[in-house]
Amino acid sequence: MSDLNKLTLAEARDALRKGDTTSVELTESCLAAIDAADALNAFVHKTPDIALERAAAADTRIKSGDAPSMCGLPIGIKDLFCTKGVPSQAASRILEGFKPEYESTVSQKLADAGAVMLGKLNMDEFAMGSSNETSVYGNAVNPWRRGNDDAPLTPGGSSGGSAAAVAADLCLAATGTDTGGSIRQPAAFTGTVGIKPTYGRCSRWGIVAFASSLDQAGPMTKSVRDAAIMLEAMMGHDPKDSTSAELAVPDFEAMLTGDIRGKKIGIPREYHMEGMPAEIDALWAEGRKMLADAGAEIVDISLPHTKYALPAYYVIAPAEASSNLARYDGVRYGHRATLAQGDGITEMYEKTRAEGFGHEVQRRVMVGTYVLSAGFYDAYYNRARRVRTLIKRDFETVFAQGVDAILTPATPSAAFGLGEMTDADPVQMYLNDVFTVTVNLAGLPGISVPAGVDAQGLPLGLQLIGRPWEEGDLLNTAYALETAAGFVAKPGNWW
Amino acid sequence: MSIDQNTAAKVAKLARIKVEEDALPALASEFNTILGFIEQLNEVDVEGVEPMVSVTPMRLKRRDDVVTDGDQQDKVLSNAPDAREGFFAVPKVVE
Repeated sequence: MSDLNKLTLAEARDALRKGDTTSVELTESCLAAIDAADALNAFVHKTPDIALERAAAADTRIKSGDAPSMCGLPIGIKDLFCTKGVPSQAASRILEGFKPEYESTVSQKLADAGAVMLGKLNMDEFAMGSSNETSVYGNAVNPWRRGNDDAPLTPGGSSGGSAAAVAADLCLAATGTDTGGSIRQPAAFTGTVGIKPTYGRCSRWGIVAFASSLDQAGPMTKSVRDAAIMLEAMMGHDPKDSTSAELAVPDFEAMLTGDIRGKKIGIPREYHMEGMPAEIDALWAEGRKMLADAGAEIVDISLPHTKYALPAYYVIAPAEASSNLARYDGVRYGHRATLAQGDGITEMYEKTRAEGFGHEVQRRVMVGTYVLSAGFYDAYYNRARRVRTLIKRDFETVFAQGVDAILTPATPSAAFGLGEMTDADPVQMYLNDVFTVTVNLAGLPGISVPAGVDAQGLPLGLQLIGRPWEEGDLLNTAYALETAAGFVAKPGNWW
Repeated sequence: MSIDQNTAAKVAKLARIKVEEDALPALASEFNTILGFIEQLNEVDVEGVEPMVSVTPMRLKRRDDVVTDGDQQDKVLSNAPDAREGFFAVPKVVE
C-alpha cells in the first residue's frame, strides 16, 4: 500500500487487522512524512526510536490476535502532555530541558490502547494563544494556503502543531487540549475534526495546567469516526484527577448511525455577530439545511449571556493561570536565570520568570495576579464567576426545552496570515474564540467539523455543542453533518 | 479603573516577574486595554447569583490519609537546575 500516512485511523486499523500492512510500515511512512515537513514546524521533538519500538510491539500483538482499539496507529502528542523521558515543555523556555519522570494519564491510556507516539507537537506557549505564534519553537505553519498565494497562514492555536500535522498527513491523528477553543479553532482552520469532551471526561493528570476549571484534552483527527475511536481511548475515570468523572465510557463508534431524525438542533441568535464574513454566515445556513434535510428539527434559541463569555473568560483563565504558573520558580525543574553577585531568592524568581515566560504568558499571569489581588477579587474574579453561572444556566435552559445539540460557526473567520495580528491589540486575537469559549465556561462537549471552503479555498468549520456527558449523541450528529457536507478538500503539498 | 505605571510595577512584583522600568508604560497600556474589555461584565445583573465553584457539580472524593507514593528522591531531583546532596539548592534565604 502507498501513502499509508494518508489513511484515517479507522482505515489503518482495518488494514492492520486484515494483514494488508504493518504498524512498522505505517510508522515509517509517517516518520518520512514528518522529516519532509520541517517547513511546517509541527513536530518539535521527534521520537522515531520510541515509535518504531512501539510499532514492532503492536505488530506482535496484532499477530497474536490481541489488538486493542488503537493498536499500531501512529499519532502525535501535543507538547503540553508530559511524556516520560521525552521533552515536555509546553512550548515554553521556562521548561527547557524538562524530561518528566512520569507519563500523563491520557498519553498512557493511548499507549495502553496500542497507539504509537511519533513525537511532540508545537503549540502556543502554555496553550495561551490562538495562532501558535507564542511558541518558543517558533510558528507552526498551516499546510493550507490562499489559492496560489504563498504567504504562510496560521494553523490556529493553541493546538496548532497538532492541527497542521493531521491536516498534512504527518500522523493519523493527534492529541490536543482546549481551554477556550484550542482544539476546535485549529481544527476549523485546517479542515480537520476536533472534539473537546465534557469537563471531567479526560483526566488532566500529567497535562501542564493552564486554567484548571476549563482545560480538557481531546482528539484531533481526519474524520468524525476517528474522533469517536480516539476519544474513547483517551477517556475514563482517573483517581489522580479529583475532577475526573466516574462514568462508564460508551462505545462511541457503535453510536455513529448517522440517523438524526427527530433530533432538535438549536440555532442561537446571539451567535450572529456584527461584521461576520458573509461566507461564515452562508456556511452556517448551509449547515442548518443539511441537518434539516437529514431529518432534524431546527429551532431558534437564545443564549442571552453569550456576549459576556469572552470577558468572563479573560478574568477566570488568567486568574487560574497566575496560580498554576506560580510553580515555575527556577527551583524544581526547567530554566533558572543566571544570577548576579548578591542576588537573593526573590531576584532569582523574578529574573527566571522574566526570561522563561514569553510576552503573552507574562501578560496573562499579571492580569490574573491583578484580578485576584486584594481589593479587586470581588469586583473582577467573583463577578466573572457569577457571570459564568449565568452562561451555564443559558445552556441548561435550552437543553431543558428539549434541544439535543446547538449548531454555530466554529470561528469568526478562516485562517489568517502569520504575523497579520502582530500589531492588533490583544483583545483582537482573543475574539478568535468568541464561538468556542462559552462551551468551556459551561463545561460542555463541543466538536468542530469541516464543512466547506471560502472563496480563497481555505477550510471553514461548523461547531456542534452537545449536552453534558452525551458525546456519543454529539458525535453522531457531527457524523451526519460530516456526511452531508462531504468535505474532501486537501491542501496541496508545497512543503 | 485605569492602571498607571506604579500599579503595573506593583502587579509585576506580586507576580514575581522582573519588568524593566522602560517597559512599564506599554505594560500599563496593555492592562488597560484588557481591563477595558473586562469592564463589560459590569453590565450584567448578578444579584443573587452564586459564583461558580465547579462546572460539573460533584462531591470531591475522599480517601484514607495514607502514604501511597514516595521513596524516589532521585526522580524528584532529576530535573532540578541545582540539586546538591539530595536537596534543591537555592540562593541564601536567611541572613
